[in-house]
Amino acid sequence: MTPAGKPRNALAGGIAQIGACGLFLLSILAAVPASLRHIRETVRQVWFVGAMSLTIIMTCGLFVGMVLGLQLYYVLSIFGGTAALGTVVSLALYRELGPVVTALLFAGRAGTSITAEIGLMRATDQLSAMEMMAVDPLAYVVTPRFLAGVIAMPLLACVFNALGIFGAHLVGVAWLGLDNGTFWSNMTSSVDVWKDVINGLWKSVAFGAVITLIATFQGYTTPPTSEGVAYATTRTVVFSSIVVLALDFVMTAFLM
Amino acid sequence: MSQKHSYQFGTGLFILLGFAALAWLATQTTSIANYRQGDSYTLNARFSNVGQLKLGAPVKIAGVRIGSVRTIEVDPAKLDAKVQLSIATRYAELPDDSAAAIFTSGLLGDQYVAIQPGGSPDALKDGDEFVLTQSSVQLEDLIGKFLAAGGPEKPAEPATPAATPTP
Repeated sequence: MTPAGKPRNALAGGIAQIGACGLFLLSILAAVPASLRHIRETVRQVWFVGAMSLTIIMTCGLFVGMVLGLQLYYVLSIFGGTAALGTVVSLALYRELGPVVTALLFAGRAGTSITAEIGLMRATDQLSAMEMMAVDPLAYVVTPRFLAGVIAMPLLACVFNALGIFGAHLVGVAWLGLDNGTFWSNMTSSVDVWKDVINGLWKSVAFGAVITLIATFQGYTTPPTSEGVAYATTRTVVFSSIVVLALDFVMTAFLM
Repeated sequence: MSQKHSYQFGTGLFILLGFAALAWLATQTTSIANYRQGDSYTLNARFSNVGQLKLGAPVKIAGVRIGSVRTIEVDPAKLDAKVQLSIATRYAELPDDSAAAIFTSGLLGDQYVAIQPGGSPDALKDGDEFVLTQSSVQLEDLIGKFLAAGGPEKPAEPATPAATPTP
């Protein structure tokens, strides 16, 4: 899976990396049927990348919602429009902040551990040992993690959104004295389930696929040294963050 | 074996939690929450201009939501907008001389239909029409009226042709 030949310069090396990553995605997709035989491994990975990330996702969702409530209340009070707080917070969370912040947290919490785990497997020749035992590491190690990321990300984003709205409600209604009925009724009259909630979920599905693709690719192709694994883990976070934010712009333009 | 079951149980809980959050978001915080209402009856109102009124916009009495806008269509005979309002049956005691008006909630808010109750002892029934309606106020009309009323009084008017240089 390492790029063939010595890259002539940084640009050619980068393009070769992107090409190798694309081919890696194809081989993951090709290994999906074989990985269904190891469905328990996928379930274990959903637990590991999803359920274990709940604490950080819930805490951050609560605080993001609270700070949104506080900041937007201040801005809206300038225009005398504090009644729109529920609408603005929920739209901001569903359309943008829920998927993106969850993806960045997911890259830091789950992406790094995937890269480090697969990288250490590579460094300690466990992947070669599997191949020798006629177990395809793509089907047994990589694809379950990829599927788990695609399954877990939208669920995590939903939990993040729910906690965010709870946090905004806490600040807006319980603390700043906004009317409870106004908060909810303005939200329900402006938020559309398909255009806002479901479009946000499509984003998080794509982010989950991209982050786990980058994380598994970096782990799988890491130089088999401790320094190489450390470097691969760093690159997972950097590349995932850049790709998530760039993809977010493209998807927003398409899903508008 | 117990280790395996503990993570399977945890994964199941996580997936259930995620879908519960999705269900809550989709049904309680979106426009779907407004469709979930009990029995309702229909009243009609005619407006010469509905402005930015949308389907599903709230119908309110004294600021409290009692129903929603079901349809908006042009009457081909009278060439005005016929709006069907779906009102919850709980509020069946609207006096038949009540008035319907289209207002905007706040400076930036959406438009809604406000019902100003009258004093008649008889109530509006299913399919009845409001006698008194007030259309949406158009900002362009207001500005036009303001300019038409304020234009001639400007003292600076005669000074401007003199100031322009003649070629």
